[in-house]
Amino acid sequence: MDFKFTEENIGKVSRIIQRYPEKKAAVMPVLYVAQEQNGGWISNEVVKSVSQVLEITEEEVMGVVTFYTMYHQKPVGKYHIQFCTNVSCMLRGAYPIWDSIREKLGIDNGGVTGDGKYSLEEVECMGSCGTAPMMAINEDFFENLTKDEALRIIESLK
Amino acid sequence: MSEIKIVLPDIKDYHILEVYRSHGGYENAKKAFSMSSDDVIDIVKKSGLRGRGGAAFATGLKWSFMPKTTDKPKYLCINGDESEPGSFKDRQIFEFNPHQMIEGILITCYAIGVKTAYIYIRGEYYKWIKLVQKALQDAYDAGLVGEKMKETYGTDFACEIYVHSGAGAYICGEESSLMNSIEGKRGYPRVKPPFPAQNGLWGCPTTINNVETLTNVPAIIKNGWEWFAGIGAPKHPGTILFGVSGHVNKPGVYELPSGTLLTDIIYKYAGGVPGDKKIKAVIPGGSSMPPLRGDKLEGVTMDADGLRAAGSSIGTGGIIVMDEDTDLVAVLLRITKFYHHESCGQCTPCREGTGWMEKILKRMNKGEASKADIDLLYRVATNIEGNTICALGEAAAWPVRFTLERFRDEFEKAMKDEVEMPVKNQVHSMRHTKIPIAPIHH
Repeated sequence: MDFKFTEENIGKVSRIIQRYPEKKAAVMPVLYVAQEQNGGWISNEVVKSVSQVLEITEEEVMGVVTFYTMYHQKPVGKYHIQFCTNVSCMLRGAYPIWDSIREKLGIDNGGVTGDGKYSLEEVECMGSCGTAPMMAINEDFFENLTKDEALRIIESLK
Repeated sequence: MSEIKIVLPDIKDYHILEVYRSHGGYENAKKAFSMSSDDVIDIVKKSGLRGRGGAAFATGLKWSFMPKTTDKPKYLCINGDESEPGSFKDRQIFEFNPHQMIEGILITCYAIGVKTAYIYIRGEYYKWIKLVQKALQDAYDAGLVGEKMKETYGTDFACEIYVHSGAGAYICGEESSLMNSIEGKRGYPRVKPPFPAQNGLWGCPTTINNVETLTNVPAIIKNGWEWFAGIGAPKHPGTILFGVSGHVNKPGVYELPSGTLLTDIIYKYAGGVPGDKKIKAVIPGGSSMPPLRGDKLEGVTMDADGLRAAGSSIGTGGIIVMDEDTDLVAVLLRITKFYHHESCGQCTPCREGTGWMEKILKRMNKGEASKADIDLLYRVATNIEGNTICALGEAAAWPVRFTLERFRDEFEKAMKDEVEMPVKNQVHSMRHTKIPIAPIHH
């Protein structure tokens, strides 16, 4: 599948490049733009396109993609659920909720449901320790979760 | 005495530019621009302000390391990576007081002669990145940041501020790794020296300060260094944002003078432990700091010296409370799993050591470990410490080492004397042979 930045995103990319003295430095923000346009993940075609735009090698782009967990190397669901099980969440009961979400969706950490609606990721601390346990669905944080509340939120997604 | 709030004042809608300005916002930058840059550094030095990102390094001293004469551009990075488990304080600043942070950045840039600053915010803070971008845009539009500020403040100084968002790597909170990340590379820490003030972003002089640290700066310029130096613990003055999480009735961020009693924070402010249970352990400064025993909290003050005396460190001020029913083996496993996941992989002791610690702890957590594994785990931890490029080695080793030293009884209770091994071969049986064990220093 070919990947080409849209007209709008080409404008975005050139504005991003302005912020840095070197084009290469724009790779992280540009990858975010590309990932969003590509439906939430970075394909080999995306890597190629980003490397051409920033005039760096594909290996350099790939090095960044593989290092940072927020660049997805395979497709994610329409709703990407990030669930924190780190220590503050764990102390407030994150694991039983995590188990019930996995059971409900029938997928494990890193999985995508067959209909492509949900994907699930166990994540490290997201900075919601004071409102633990928490999960993020796409870009929204849901905090102070109980098992019922978490399942209700997931069910309510259209 | 009314409680002093510097970083998170209790003023409605303070995050809105007009409200911030109506309380004298951005006037402090103007005041600073009318002084010499050396005077600004001097005021911050005398105030005793120390970094709030973990190391508690003297801020004014750090600034003075920046070369005065250089033909290279200079840079400022504001560290808002905030990825240490138990830390969630900078997020409050992004949401409730972004303009004071921006004003602090302007004053800092002026003091150290920087024309470009990057605010590094962790990528998962989607909402907070947008909030900071909005505040920054408002400040730009009002001519308070950027080229237009020359006219606004009547000065010949101007600087640009950009937001750079991370992408889910804990290690990027380490300053040299953060710089590599801004440069568009993998977040590998760099060997020091050279230090950032000589050789930082793109090989240019660079200063890295924490978000909370710089948010204090406008207040210091406004009220004077004597005022700031008189708040809290004399050697670590000011207020600190304490994030309290875990087993407390009212978790949250509390801005309190440094040197506040840890027990006051837990019982008076955070509402004590649910069910009035006893406390088994407290991590006082984010998950990488040595945990304190619940029966040794009396009299511990929350400042750099107080915590050093208690055998821990202030870190990011993230206080994690664990009640008497907490399974410390499971907690230590979870913490170690985190550091294993976040090790960047450059240094063998950390990359391999964190993995081995996780494996041993998994075995312990399943009840398949023997008492000899406690010493094995201890040896792995102490072999990481001091043998890595950056402090992630210590961050991973300290929780293990100090939990074992301080809660050894818990671990011994949970381990068997002997374990039936599934495969009896030479390698496995070595675990039960007597090998000399390094002495444990308590």
